[in-house]
Amino acid sequence: MSVNQNTQTERRLIFLLLFIAVLVPLIFPIGWKTEVSPHAKMAYDMIDSKPEGSVAILSFDYEPSTMTELQPMATAIIEHAWSKGHKIIATALWPQGPQVADLAFKEMAAKFPDKVYGEDYVNLGYKPGGMVTIQAMGKSLKDVYPLDINGKKYDDLPIFKNIRALRDVTYAASLSSGVPGIKEWIMVAHDVHSVPVTGGTTAVSAPGFLPYINNQNQLYGLLGGLKAASEYEIMIGTVGPATVKMDAQSIAHLLILIFILVGNIKAWRIRHKPKQQAGTE
Amino acid sequence: MAEFMQVFGIWLGAFFTFCIYSFLYKDNPFYKFGEQVFVGLSAGYWLIVIIYDTLIPNLFTKLIFDFNNNVILLIPAALGVMMLMRVIPKAQWVSRYPIAIIVGTTAAISMLRFLKSDLMHQVSATMINPFALPSLTEKIGSILLIIGTICGVYFFYFSKKQEGVYAVPSKIGIWFLMISFGASFGYTVMARISLLIGRLEFLLRDWLHIIN
Repeated sequence: MSVNQNTQTERRLIFLLLFIAVLVPLIFPIGWKTEVSPHAKMAYDMIDSKPEGSVAILSFDYEPSTMTELQPMATAIIEHAWSKGHKIIATALWPQGPQVADLAFKEMAAKFPDKVYGEDYVNLGYKPGGMVTIQAMGKSLKDVYPLDINGKKYDDLPIFKNIRALRDVTYAASLSSGVPGIKEWIMVAHDVHSVPVTGGTTAVSAPGFLPYINNQNQLYGLLGGLKAASEYEIMIGTVGPATVKMDAQSIAHLLILIFILVGNIKAWRIRHKPKQQAGTE
Repeated sequence: MAEFMQVFGIWLGAFFTFCIYSFLYKDNPFYKFGEQVFVGLSAGYWLIVIIYDTLIPNLFTKLIFDFNNNVILLIPAALGVMMLMRVIPKAQWVSRYPIAIIVGTTAAISMLRFLKSDLMHQVSATMINPFALPSLTEKIGSILLIIGTICGVYFFYFSKKQEGVYAVPSKIGIWFLMISFGASFGYTVMARISLLIGRLEFLLRDWLHIIN
């Protein structure tokens, strides 16, 4: 068997083991506990500190491809906000954002049957433009969203009674899987209009946003990936979709660590083989 | 009929999931089929999104039903038409004007925002007195933040040859950069595993009904 064939076989074996490592805990959950990180706690505390009746913007800046990571965050934030008596305005800077928002609201409405559309929450739909759209919201929310996703007029929705522009909302949370997303909300909502901003991103883009959690409070905490979503679920005291999936995530990470270790030992042995052979000759 | 379409959609989703994952064994016609359907579908989807979610509500509807209050929209409409001139070889030059406007305005808007958020606020966030902070962890964290920022930026200073004592901050900067790359790699692994979890959850729950 050639070196190339060996590498191919090893690669396939790794994929197969990883597949099994993720599959088994999904069928037979272990129930491992997750520690709450300071960044997730910071996001939770910011929302938790706002009084009843606060109006928040929750921007769904993602699409179904990243729902595994971001949808649990959306449901957890909605559950937390509604349990505190906050009202939610859903916006979207991504075309399929309104649909994922709708799914999240439907799931949470089953838990909170008293919440009324138009009074406690509203889905304004998608607007193109990214940062420019948020800037326009800073001048007038009604000009950007004259109608909601169902075609209802802005003035006919009770949730907007005291909301004219971005500065009138208590806080903004963006769940984003790229550009436009949380960065645009930081740049305009916080840095121009001083609206506290929090949110969540996919794990792959989380490190890029950590510098914004600073003493300037550009970002109040950050939920990075599935783990942070499960942490949020722990803080609100619910066993949600993220918590259930964390077993599979943890097992897969453990397996990858073993792979890295084995790979390094193998690489070390290959590197030192010629030297040993040269020494014995 | 609706139920049939839902079941059909799930089976189609499962089929395409296997098509794409079959690449892990080796490149094959099923993978190529799945990939090309995805590319074609995405292009078609974006075209429809642009027409129905951008052009119709933001341009056509406003111009047709309330022309007098939206006369200004004729400018972006004209710029859009000028952009389409790219398809006519003799009139390609016309498309340079809308491109110039897009580049100019985007650069101006971004410069203002980035200057404030990514430069001013970030520099201010690094100007801290670590010894004034209450806990030991925060003090150490802040000192590392200052050292890491200065050494990391110094690594990209190329106007003087980095040798001898001048190379020390650069080497420290490399360590900080390597640690940050390691953290990014860890997060990337987590994201990719999450995607696999999502697909397997779909197969086990929606397709096979093994889990709830």
